[in-house]
Amino acid sequence: MPKAPQAVQQSYQQMSTRMAPRKPILRNMVAAFVTGGIICSVGQVILNYWIAAGQTTKDAIGLASGTLVVMSALLTGFGVYDLIGRFGGMGSALPITGFANSIVSPAMEYRREGMVLGIGVRMFTVAGPVIVFGLATSFLVVLVQQLLR
Amino acid sequence: MTLKRMGRQTLYLPTAPIIYQAAAVVGPVEGKGPLKDHYDEILPDALIGQKSWEKAESAIIKRAVQIVLQKAGLEQKDVSFLLAGDLLNQIAASNFAARDINIPYIGLYGACSTMAQAMAVAAVFVDGGYAQCALAAASSHFDSAERQYRYPLEFGCQRPPTTQRTVTGAGAVLLTGGSGDISAVRVTHVTFGMVMDLGMKDPNHMGAAMAPAAAHTISQHLSDTGQEPSDYDLIITGDLGVYGLELCKKLLLDSGLELADNLDDCGIRIYDRNAQDVHAGGSGCACSAVTFAGQLMHELTAGRLGRLLLVSTGALFSPTTQQQGESIPGIAHAVAIQGPAAGGGG
Repeated sequence: MPKAPQAVQQSYQQMSTRMAPRKPILRNMVAAFVTGGIICSVGQVILNYWIAAGQTTKDAIGLASGTLVVMSALLTGFGVYDLIGRFGGMGSALPITGFANSIVSPAMEYRREGMVLGIGVRMFTVAGPVIVFGLATSFLVVLVQQLLR
Repeated sequence: MTLKRMGRQTLYLPTAPIIYQAAAVVGPVEGKGPLKDHYDEILPDALIGQKSWEKAESAIIKRAVQIVLQKAGLEQKDVSFLLAGDLLNQIAASNFAARDINIPYIGLYGACSTMAQAMAVAAVFVDGGYAQCALAAASSHFDSAERQYRYPLEFGCQRPPTTQRTVTGAGAVLLTGGSGDISAVRVTHVTFGMVMDLGMKDPNHMGAAMAPAAAHTISQHLSDTGQEPSDYDLIITGDLGVYGLELCKKLLLDSGLELADNLDDCGIRIYDRNAQDVHAGGSGCACSAVTFAGQLMHELTAGRLGRLLLVSTGALFSPTTQQQGESIPGIAHAVAIQGPAAGGGG
């Protein structure tokens, strides 16, 4: 059957939006704040540990990020991080732990298609855009910085 | 030759093929749902010893086919056709299940409408005298669907309240030639739906994409057969979910059909939405397949349900076309079924 006229489509879409439940935005914000806050506090504890262990602040930052990534990868492997993500939403997606989860989870999921075509090709299905546009943006920023010199 | 057609879209089956036996096999989450007592088998886990979700889904279909043949006391060689489908690319789960089954096979794709589609085609084959016995089956699997249509399973993200959970399981029904026996469960009419598209683009609200197709097929079926909504004890849609069913009700009301208590949805029945984290309800081919092969078939056989219209609903969603900006078309097929409680006539 041909697509309905634009007016019919619009009125149905409006009705659908009106009848659908609203996302619990306040609840999601509070959950994201708490989850993100906990992850960052854990990160701070780890950072302090590395500094106390005698690392320079610069090295300790790198080590702390690395520790968080390993922790997140482990939690993903044990099937816990998706539960944290379901509760915390953006609060667990935004920190570096979320980035690690977005790479480890497809690596786990697609391992059945093999090392190369499974893990190799599809490991960055979720995180790929972040890397592509992250690289592109840093290139542009450095370009502008050099030109302004 | 007289055409066995009524109106624009409905086929009338004068011999009323019998739904002789049905089998429902479900995953562990469905096995904790409100319909748990109606399933033939509840699997302990979703992988059941297989190496992948896709292999597990194939194994579930095979299990459902095996159980339905066992219940009917038949062997594979007694069955003329197997009509089956699922949600995977190239309907892989059904194809690979059929590889191990010695029955001529017709693979079908109707997204989540596949169960009614398969039952309708099977019933037509039987009614036309092209099959003494035909099997209709459909399956879906939460994990295989998630990885194909959405995100890797362990990826942490939040779901909007309008999303639904893909049912893990398979339903199979065995249709045999009708003999005019009114103590049997029988198919009297089938209505093949048209693809409807009201421009919905949200893959997190499939119910809204399918509701127009469901409403259209229901009203077309009623007008083709000259019936009122109240002629059915139950009109049940496949997997519209809570919000999709509301939309369908509203669309039917706008076209002058008031359905009150006798309109329900398999996606709502299959899970306990308060206790299980399923948001708007169940979805997937198996949603209407196992609800019919389980609870509804039992109600029909026991005489608690007389006249049923099963309307499996499918969102013809493709991640590729969706990313290219296309909307999500919907389709719905209807199968009119009578149990012993309906008596003769109709």
